[in-house]
Amino acid sequence: MARLILGISAFYHDSAAALLCDGDIVAAAQEERFTRRKHDPSFPANAVRHVLREAGVTTMDQLEAVAFYDKPFLKFERLLETYHAFAPRGLKSFLKAIPIWIKEKLFIRKLIQDELAPLCPGHVPLLFPEHHLSHAASAFFPSPFESAAILTIDGVGEWATTTIGVGSGNSIRILRQLDFPHSLGLFYSACTHYCGFKVNSGEYKLMGLAPYGDPDSPQTREWRHLILDEILDLREDGSLLLNMDYFAYATGLTMCHNARWERLFGIRRREKETELTQPYMNLALAVQQVTEEVVLRMARTAKELTGESRLVMAGGVALNCVANGRILRSGLFEDLWIQPAAGDAGGALGAAYAAHHVWQGEERRVNRCRDQMKGAYLGPGYASGEILMAARRWGAPCVAYDDFDRLCADVAESLAAGQAVGWFQGRMEYGPRALGHRSILADPRNEEMQRRLNLKIKYREGFRPFAPAVLEEDIGEYFDLDRPSPYMLLVAPVKEERRKPLPDGFPQRSLWERLYHIRSDIPAVTHVDFSARIQSVNRDVSERFWKLIRAFKDRTGFGLLVNTSFNVRGEPIVCSPEDAYRCFMRTDMDLLVMENCVFRKEDQPPPQDLANWQATYELD
Amino acid sequence: MNIFSDLCGFMKHRKKYWMLPIILTLLAIGALVVLGGTSAVAPFIYALF
Repeated sequence: MARLILGISAFYHDSAAALLCDGDIVAAAQEERFTRRKHDPSFPANAVRHVLREAGVTTMDQLEAVAFYDKPFLKFERLLETYHAFAPRGLKSFLKAIPIWIKEKLFIRKLIQDELAPLCPGHVPLLFPEHHLSHAASAFFPSPFESAAILTIDGVGEWATTTIGVGSGNSIRILRQLDFPHSLGLFYSACTHYCGFKVNSGEYKLMGLAPYGDPDSPQTREWRHLILDEILDLREDGSLLLNMDYFAYATGLTMCHNARWERLFGIRRREKETELTQPYMNLALAVQQVTEEVVLRMARTAKELTGESRLVMAGGVALNCVANGRILRSGLFEDLWIQPAAGDAGGALGAAYAAHHVWQGEERRVNRCRDQMKGAYLGPGYASGEILMAARRWGAPCVAYDDFDRLCADVAESLAAGQAVGWFQGRMEYGPRALGHRSILADPRNEEMQRRLNLKIKYREGFRPFAPAVLEEDIGEYFDLDRPSPYMLLVAPVKEERRKPLPDGFPQRSLWERLYHIRSDIPAVTHVDFSARIQSVNRDVSERFWKLIRAFKDRTGFGLLVNTSFNVRGEPIVCSPEDAYRCFMRTDMDLLVMENCVFRKEDQPPPQDLANWQATYELD
Repeated sequence: MNIFSDLCGFMKHRKKYWMLPIILTLLAIGALVVLGGTSAVAPFIYALF
């Protein structure tokens, strides 16, 4: 009989569910994709329903266990000890937090059982692996390595904010742990907050902003030193102590003490949506440089402690692909694998893996050539027939192709003509990145494309870079990267010969001058520092996406496309055909391709819900 | 109730018996708060608790 384990993450941010069958991932999805509420923290009822349906599970008795991704009591202990340590500071926060615990979170076992009951009746053991064990399990068990060093870094779980461990066979041993409140993730989030971005979603923007900082500016150098001298005491082994005089998160309801940061850096906290000036770019760069230094030292310690030649990573900080690229280029490890759902959503999968291998002691099967993530295409999928029926319901004219190669040739021609294409194929991605199944695609050679995609289609900040999706076999033609990067988690430089010379004084020019200067022959995916966040596309893992890029290469000679997530700012990535069609009609996208059905904008009836639709999504 | 045996098991495992009076007091106060109908919606900007 198949051994099924359900993993759940919930109640903090990025709720998700994942299902393992005999150690094989059947399905995994984030709740936000169903509820259309970004980072939805509620119980993932829709995601659970989806993953159980994929495996044909109708009663809990069919499951071996349900695993929740952290230990609530241990987190409660941390809260009490933290409030005690900082008392009388934090009284306001204490009075806000404790009712939530008394009312709900202490009773999480019952809460989960009550939520599961209507979805799938019956009784099943409920397990609570530690938060960082869940991250470690999500990084090691699906990786293609027999054994590896494990590095998990995030904001905070129960107590741990960073762990170093080692994985071998079906076991994981945690060797070192850094505890709250000293946290690289929370430091990065505090800086995100200070630069005027939203905590928990704006970290990516801070990372994207950093290359606009001037590395030669005395201000950047001074701030880097100030951070290391005043805020973050970094030790040789990568462990760190934060100066809590600068941070409010342990006892308050905000991230940092703004007045103290103002005194230290001499700039005020940037208000949301206000102009981005050079000092904030320099601060972002200084923060990014410090973060990379910390991560690199942690990786070095992981190497020294374990002696392993391979590293796996998870936790929100593992989504900092610039730091990941630094680890790779350092040569510390022969190979690096990062869980694509590295944030808390991935904790659902990790919890299930921990239950299967650690709790049940099941043997692990390793495929050294390929990881177990199935390209991270683990969510719901929709057949062409369903899409055609939906199109009829919406009164949306479309062309259904019998020949997919022909479809690819036609879409490639539209892309080459400068059109932006919504691309909806197969099962939805698990994790924060769209990897060619729920993507918006465009021509990377087009000099106007970054501006157009940001402002007219994604409705987001103009400075934000776009990533290339490149045929795996062609990576070396465009980028200085010697291995696949299937999950868009590695940053590498655009090849020297593809770059165009920069004018004198380039780093001192305004953000917009630098942004719109043509930096390479693939300008839409070349960041201002000539870096690119790469997704390599393997034919066996994502055949349809590979075929489209191949068709674009046949048409243009370039084996890559701009790939950005299929959503607008503040909206979760689309899940269903309805979501995709709605997003298509609300934006300047020219073409929507769902499975074998092609919708052209000019053929569609005018949308009914255009008035004030952007208010639907809170800006991230 | 399961919650009490779970909490006792946790405190025994972690050897943190000092939590017992705090938890009992909080549960008592919490019962009043809950009965009073105070909202338990989290007001945080980062979900630390």
